[in-house]
Amino acid sequence: MRETREWTAFLTLAAAAVSSVFITALIVVVLLHESGSFFRAPEVSGQIWRFFVDTTWAPTSDPPRIGILPLVSATIMTTLIALVVALPIGTVVALYLSEFAPFALRETIKPSLELLSAVPTVVYGYFALTFVSPILRWLIPGLPQANMLSAGIVMGIMIIPYVSSLSEDAMRAVPMLLREGSYALGANRLMTAWKVVVPSALSGIGAAYILGISRAIGETMIVAVAAGMQPRFTFNPTAQAQTITAYIVSMSQGETPHGTMGYQSIFAAGLVLFVMTLAFNVLGFWLRRRYHQTY
Amino acid sequence: MNESRPATRAGAVAASRTDYASSGHLKAEVRGLNFFYGQRHALKNVELPIPERTVTALIGPSGCGKSTLLRCFNRMHDLYPGNRYEGEIVLQPSGVNILSPAVDPMEMRLRTGMVFQKPNPFPKSIYENVAYGLRLRFVNKRSLLEERVEAALRSAALWDEVKDRLHQSAFKLSGGQQQRLCVARALATGPEILLLDEPTSALDPIATSRIEDMIFTLKEQVTILMVTHNMEQAARVADFTAFMYLGELVERGATSQFFQNPQNELTEKYLTGSFG
Repeated sequence: MRETREWTAFLTLAAAAVSSVFITALIVVVLLHESGSFFRAPEVSGQIWRFFVDTTWAPTSDPPRIGILPLVSATIMTTLIALVVALPIGTVVALYLSEFAPFALRETIKPSLELLSAVPTVVYGYFALTFVSPILRWLIPGLPQANMLSAGIVMGIMIIPYVSSLSEDAMRAVPMLLREGSYALGANRLMTAWKVVVPSALSGIGAAYILGISRAIGETMIVAVAAGMQPRFTFNPTAQAQTITAYIVSMSQGETPHGTMGYQSIFAAGLVLFVMTLAFNVLGFWLRRRYHQTY
Repeated sequence: MNESRPATRAGAVAASRTDYASSGHLKAEVRGLNFFYGQRHALKNVELPIPERTVTALIGPSGCGKSTLLRCFNRMHDLYPGNRYEGEIVLQPSGVNILSPAVDPMEMRLRTGMVFQKPNPFPKSIYENVAYGLRLRFVNKRSLLEERVEAALRSAALWDEVKDRLHQSAFKLSGGQQQRLCVARALATGPEILLLDEPTSALDPIATSRIEDMIFTLKEQVTILMVTHNMEQAARVADFTAFMYLGELVERGATSQFFQNPQNELTEKYLTGSFG
């Protein structure tokens, strides 16, 4: 009787643990399978190299142009703009909350900051389009309403709590003993924070950055609404351009028949997105192991 | 640099301190010290003279206030809210009262060195760990830094073990080596008083005896105040020993007399293991 109960518990828990691995594997299989049909399509198969070098993305036109670079360039640009906003602000906020803010203030700021990540991203998208973009257009004449700059900036605001919250946890995990060692030598708070706490928390801060980057690459609604819908190979932040995720959204609006070039191109684009985020997660994993410090 | 600094702060010091300035052989004197963690009265009317270039050991059961007393000397309690000092710790020959509200705690910490219960090297190279305090004092000239780092590592009896790998991470050292590195880090800036808070409690016997040998040599350069939970250690390295109990300083004397012929009944009970 007890044996059976033990086994039931074991199997239930094991199934729960395995399911996430199984689902991930399934997603990869579907991605590979469907993008396989894209690359085997007669219009594509002879010129797969174009996928990586062609600067025009129009898979549904005749003949199709299949260069992924325009989508990749827009993804990279919006992500970079978001990081320029989120990493410095997020780090400074974390440093302030962990090392300088009085207890009561920290307990107020931290939850309200985390509330930022509870805002639906589509709201951020329209915030970018109808609030940030007009301001930028006033500052930069000739800026189109949809542009990568405003989408990137708002995406950066969205990522701040991811970066600051995790970085702050990492900084707070630095033992008081290390800070006392620095204070005992006559250092002030800023010195201690900058020279002792930040280097000690480096692996955690790095992990927070990587999470922010992955989040920015995968973000969909903000860029779909505010960055534009035309694939364009450009690194000009004031241009409008379509990211990988925005392309997937635009193609998956229910009118793309199964088995067509348009349908299969979604998966090819999805595979590229998957490889990009995977690369960052692997980098993050490696960073954590490389710089991890146990106390 | 240490001698000239306090002059600017001397306004905070009562004129009556001059009688202590003339005594010469005392490095510091604790007078009527009371300390409060919020409502808790942790040190009660402590009086303790600290002769220059000697080792004074504080012993007593856990919670008796020995670490609390040690941490008054570099105002570590100021880091946490709700702590309060009453009384004085007068530093000689300058006559500055360390505990005076007019004295900047960071200034006091620049004049003292402290080593903690567990080694706490910074996530930097061995060299940068020792140079940390010097850089805080705006010593940036390379030749001077190198000279002071080497001298500090020699004083901490670590130089020969690390001279070929000064730029490796301090985390690669053993626990005992890390603790001697922390001593070197505290010594590099030429402190007037070195505070040791159970410096060997996390170390094995061999590493412990190396630290004890080092303390024995170090007292030629610097006045040492150490907390230890180990009576044998006090007997081995200290010139003076003080016994604390429930926040009070019960008895203090020259170590040999203190152990052979304690004056107070409580001290005797503690030394013979009746409690604690």
